[in-house]
Amino acid sequence: MNKNIILYAAILIFGVVAPFVFPAFKVQLSILCILIILAITWNVQGGEMGYNTFGNILFYGLGMYLCASVQVGMFFPLAEWTEGGGEKTFVHTPAQFFQGFAAGLAVAAIVPAIVAGLIGYSILGLRGHYFAICTLGLGVAAGEISGGIEIIGAGQGFTTPPFPKVGSLEARGEFFYFCSFAVLIFTFLAVKAIYSTRFKLVLNAIRDNEDKAEAMGIQTMKYKIIGWMISAFFCGLAGGIMGGLVGYIDSTDVAFDGREMGVFMVLMAILGGKGTLWGPVIGATVFHIFKEGFWTFFLGWQYVALGVLIVVIVIYFPEGIMGWLREKYPERFGEVVDEADRKAQVELK
Amino acid sequence: MDFLIFQVPMLTVQAVLDGLLLGILFALIAYGMALQWGVMNIINIAQGDLVILGGYIAYFMYLYGIHPAWGVIVSPIIMYFVGVIIYKLVINKVVDRDLFISILATFGISILFMQLMNFAFGADVVLANSGYGTTMLFDNSVTLPNSKIFSAFISIVFAIGLVIYMKKSKLGRAIRATAQNARAAKILGVDTEKVYAATFGINAALCGVAGALISITFTIHPYMGLPYTIRSFMIVIVAGLGNLPGVAMSGMGLGVFEEFADYILGTEFRIGSVFLLLVLILVYRRFKLSKKREYLK
Repeated sequence: MNKNIILYAAILIFGVVAPFVFPAFKVQLSILCILIILAITWNVQGGEMGYNTFGNILFYGLGMYLCASVQVGMFFPLAEWTEGGGEKTFVHTPAQFFQGFAAGLAVAAIVPAIVAGLIGYSILGLRGHYFAICTLGLGVAAGEISGGIEIIGAGQGFTTPPFPKVGSLEARGEFFYFCSFAVLIFTFLAVKAIYSTRFKLVLNAIRDNEDKAEAMGIQTMKYKIIGWMISAFFCGLAGGIMGGLVGYIDSTDVAFDGREMGVFMVLMAILGGKGTLWGPVIGATVFHIFKEGFWTFFLGWQYVALGVLIVVIVIYFPEGIMGWLREKYPERFGEVVDEADRKAQVELK
Repeated sequence: MDFLIFQVPMLTVQAVLDGLLLGILFALIAYGMALQWGVMNIINIAQGDLVILGGYIAYFMYLYGIHPAWGVIVSPIIMYFVGVIIYKLVINKVVDRDLFISILATFGISILFMQLMNFAFGADVVLANSGYGTTMLFDNSVTLPNSKIFSAFISIVFAIGLVIYMKKSKLGRAIRATAQNARAAKILGVDTEKVYAATFGINAALCGVAGALISITFTIHPYMGLPYTIRSFMIVIVAGLGNLPGVAMSGMGLGVFEEFADYILGTEFRIGSVFLLLVLILVYRRFKLSKKREYLK
């Protein structure tokens, strides 16, 4: 317990100090926070509940569009903003910007959760690969359809409000970094709290054998929907912040980017280790470092590398980093190892 | 209602004919998917990318002055070996594993192929011009490119040929036996590993034929693969595994649906409507099955 407190304190202090120590990496650190949030939320759905989804990008993109639309729409006509390319005609005062952003984030979190609740009953009745393909279809359909809606910019994209200068202070990077870091801590603590309740056990029961769970008297559908809503809530939050951070929303390249973000979430959670609390965090960090290095040094070949990486991780490393550690040091994970029994098994082989 | 299709009733005929001819192509791709799904229990997300790769082979023949219709013969031969190589490198390691693993692994292959094709052939939308001209019907109010009729004819020839091959040949019987019970087939001396490789190769070859035809009739682009995967998946789940007439019918149905969606909703919603239809079909089947206390599995 004591060790854990030191670990958390160290991470917290690093998180607070990081943007000032590494000012050049502020944006990268914010993206890292977003990626960790997405990996954690995917893990609630895919790792703990066993419902492997490609469709959480739906909530991410929805949150992104909603946050930006609310931020603009609260003070200015949305249609004129997108038509004129945004910032040229209308300017947010600092107070308007922050009020709008806060309201936008609230909407971006709540609406995707409601959407997940509404479609959950129909979609979560599917199992296995049908669920995976169905959610893949949802994500792509959302991208294609939002690319045809005029009021949010259609094909030409949507410029989010530019960050205002408060006095002479230019603190855009810091603002978005601390936003995403705060949301990351909120997400992590919330998920950690959830994982210590009966709810997590129910999710695991659904993953291991849904029919048996149902036979034990668990209303699996209710728990599945709640699990998906939790996932959607944090996905939407992450999307809202990411929209402000990127500053420009395009339907298929930024918001509903199934080819990048949608796959990244799955990959990060699997790389770190599905069904663990720390797995997605470690997986996202490792993945982000690898990705940035590769994107910088081998520009153009990044998707080739991504494709190869997916295949290699999925085939040779499906248990992830946490699974590997668990096999290597089982005592650290609270597993009792009977040395005599283990040796006997080894000899049998 | 100011939809064009209601003002010009002849467009309905046009849409139906276009849709049917397009649907036959979809059915050919879906046939390959049903084959590998039934035999190996693998859902191949890279199916559409194999189609596009087959299309680029025909396109390259066109660039070098060979008539692209020959692509219908060359492309499946090349694609067969591509399929076998993919099987040897990746697929044989995921055959017996969790289905999600195979979906994710083929998703990786799909991304890899997309980008490699983007490097090799550029990001332009291309088509191989066959120069077949068009047929005018009903007082010139319905135009029908001959290339579409040609592609539908070739698809039917290949589909029938494959059905006969699967019924009569030794390999065909081995494939069907493996699909029924892989373990029993192994005990009776069928080399299932070889059968799997051949199945994946045949699937890729079918994709090659379909791709060559698509490059003649429509356009190809490195990133256009995923919609073809989704269409074939949809056709297979509507028709059911091993139901060939069903595959042909639902393929043509999907083609007609798409043409009407194109006219009524607008071209920008065409792909979106295909993906939404997939979701709707899955949800419909889920509710239908849940009445019997079953679920899609």
